[in-house]
Amino acid sequence: MAPPGKPVSGIRWSPWNLLLLVPLFMLITPIFNRTGPALLGMPFFYWFQFFGVAVGVAATTIVFVKTRDQPTTPPPRADSADLDVDDLDEGAGR
Amino acid sequence: MKWTELVVFTLLFGVVTVLGFVAARWRAGSTLEHLDEWGLGGRKFGSWITWFLIGGDVYTAYTFVAVPALMFSAGAAGFFALPYTVILYPIVFLPLLRLWSVSRAHGYVTPADFVRGRYGSSTLALLIAITGIVATMPYIALQLVGLEAVLRTLGLNGTGIVGHLPLLIAFVILAVYTYQSGLRAPALIAFVKDILVYVVIIVAVVYLPIKLGGWSEIFGAADEKFKATPAPGDGILLNGNNQLQYATLALGSALALFLYPHSITGVLASRGRTVIKRNMSALPAYSLLLGLLALLGYVAIAAGTKPLTNNATGDPDTNTIIPNLFEQQFPSWFAGIAFAAIGIGALVPAAIMSIAAANLWTRNIYKEYIRRDATAQDEAKQAKLASLVVKFGAVAFILFIDPQFSIDLQLIGGVMILQTLPAVAIALYTRWFHVWGLIGGWIAGMGWGMVLLYNIPSADGKRAHFGASALRLGELNLFGWHPFAGSTLQIYVGIVALLANLLVAVVVTVAARRMRVFNGLDKTDPADYHVDEDDPKLRPVATH
Repeated sequence: MAPPGKPVSGIRWSPWNLLLLVPLFMLITPIFNRTGPALLGMPFFYWFQFFGVAVGVAATTIVFVKTRDQPTTPPPRADSADLDVDDLDEGAGR
Repeated sequence: MKWTELVVFTLLFGVVTVLGFVAARWRAGSTLEHLDEWGLGGRKFGSWITWFLIGGDVYTAYTFVAVPALMFSAGAAGFFALPYTVILYPIVFLPLLRLWSVSRAHGYVTPADFVRGRYGSSTLALLIAITGIVATMPYIALQLVGLEAVLRTLGLNGTGIVGHLPLLIAFVILAVYTYQSGLRAPALIAFVKDILVYVVIIVAVVYLPIKLGGWSEIFGAADEKFKATPAPGDGILLNGNNQLQYATLALGSALALFLYPHSITGVLASRGRTVIKRNMSALPAYSLLLGLLALLGYVAIAAGTKPLTNNATGDPDTNTIIPNLFEQQFPSWFAGIAFAAIGIGALVPAAIMSIAAANLWTRNIYKEYIRRDATAQDEAKQAKLASLVVKFGAVAFILFIDPQFSIDLQLIGGVMILQTLPAVAIALYTRWFHVWGLIGGWIAGMGWGMVLLYNIPSADGKRAHFGASALRLGELNLFGWHPFAGSTLQIYVGIVALLANLLVAVVVTVAARRMRVFNGLDKTDPADYHVDEDDPKLRPVATH
């Protein structure tokens, strides 16, 4: 159980996480449901969605790198002496 | 009989069999008689192993044969597999981290374990476990369909039970080394599988278009074929009716994939949060592969490939399109490698799925309802036996029931597993939903989803029920009210059922909260959702 008297946040939020929504543009089919312009003989519909793979990778990579080294929210208490290790986000000690 | 192919196939199959048995000693812990070890490989897989394992797990042999087969027969609609696997990783990135941490902190092995801990309700956990097992079983059977497509192309296309014998032999071998080595076996074999698959696909998408005159020729041939058919739904582009289906199927499939117990097994076996995060960026390499593979369906059109007739059922089997294309276009030794890639590609997911189903059975049914005092050793023993039962159940599906039934069930399974989203995924973030709300939502989503699927005929009109997962909005019927009467737009049934599920869950939750119904005890702590591998207070693996 949480140490009494210490507010523990169940959700850790970083604005970088919003980038994870970007790849959802792939669900808006009218954007890419056409043949031209073709690339290497491949209709737009197909190569555009291959391009989406790169966007997806970029989104997850940026979020990983940007949220890696610091806790995503400040720890609940400033005095680190009685800070529970569970309150620190992953990789904080690195 | 195609001897060169058969020899290459058998050799590679032999190699993975040896690996499967050796795996028991690979990075072994102090004991194999614990689910952390047998069922999760010691919870210590690093980034590379996890990449191969999850990649080998979620991109299955059935995917390899069925996605191009769908492109071959329906065109652009089959390409949903690409957006599906692109949006997948960004969507599951954050929830999977929380699931890993809370499972590591409490020693959870299955998604139902988490639900049990979060809501203190063995009933809800039982529903989740049963959904997981029922959704996984036909999925294992489909791996056999993929393996059999290859074996039949190899010339092992006998009739009756004898025709299934090669399949049976392959599966007995798989069952034995999974029994012995647990999750380590598919983890080790996944290396061979994925490397073979990458080599084959890359060679195929470079070599075949050059041979057939380039991609524009290939797309041209596909376009011509679809224009010549009377079916209105096919074509190299989507039409006005199936765009919503395309998007909702991609979304629904992405939401569902990491609710499947076998995907969760792959995630929980990893060492820490960083491993999972890295993999969310590295796994899309497989999406690229899948997209290229899908295009092989069009390559098969341009090459004039015909599906082989399955001598056991007497019907042409479109799942043989890809094996047949390789057979026609590649020198026989390389075709043998390609067949081995697909064949071994069936073994890895089948092994992980049977382990995941066995874990669910053991943890959430056997220990919960049959032997409450089971020790960790008993659990491991029970899970090993269960993995055998699950696999032979899947073989029986193929041997004694029309394979079409497995395909139908897999379609149903996707809709079913999606109904566990509120209890598993949303519960990772909030306990707002009341346990009775989740149970009510599950019943509503499951029931309505099944009714909707039952009433959808197949596109060719040959079968009246469970024909597809695309629902015409005009046919949506809410107790006699048609909210979209006359609309020909199609939507994925799973999403419709999930919306019903959420709606009922909200209504029941509000009512239950009003009446102050007891909402179970939460054994998890907010900090549990953030623990990581280097946490000094972490519980040791494979103790109690």
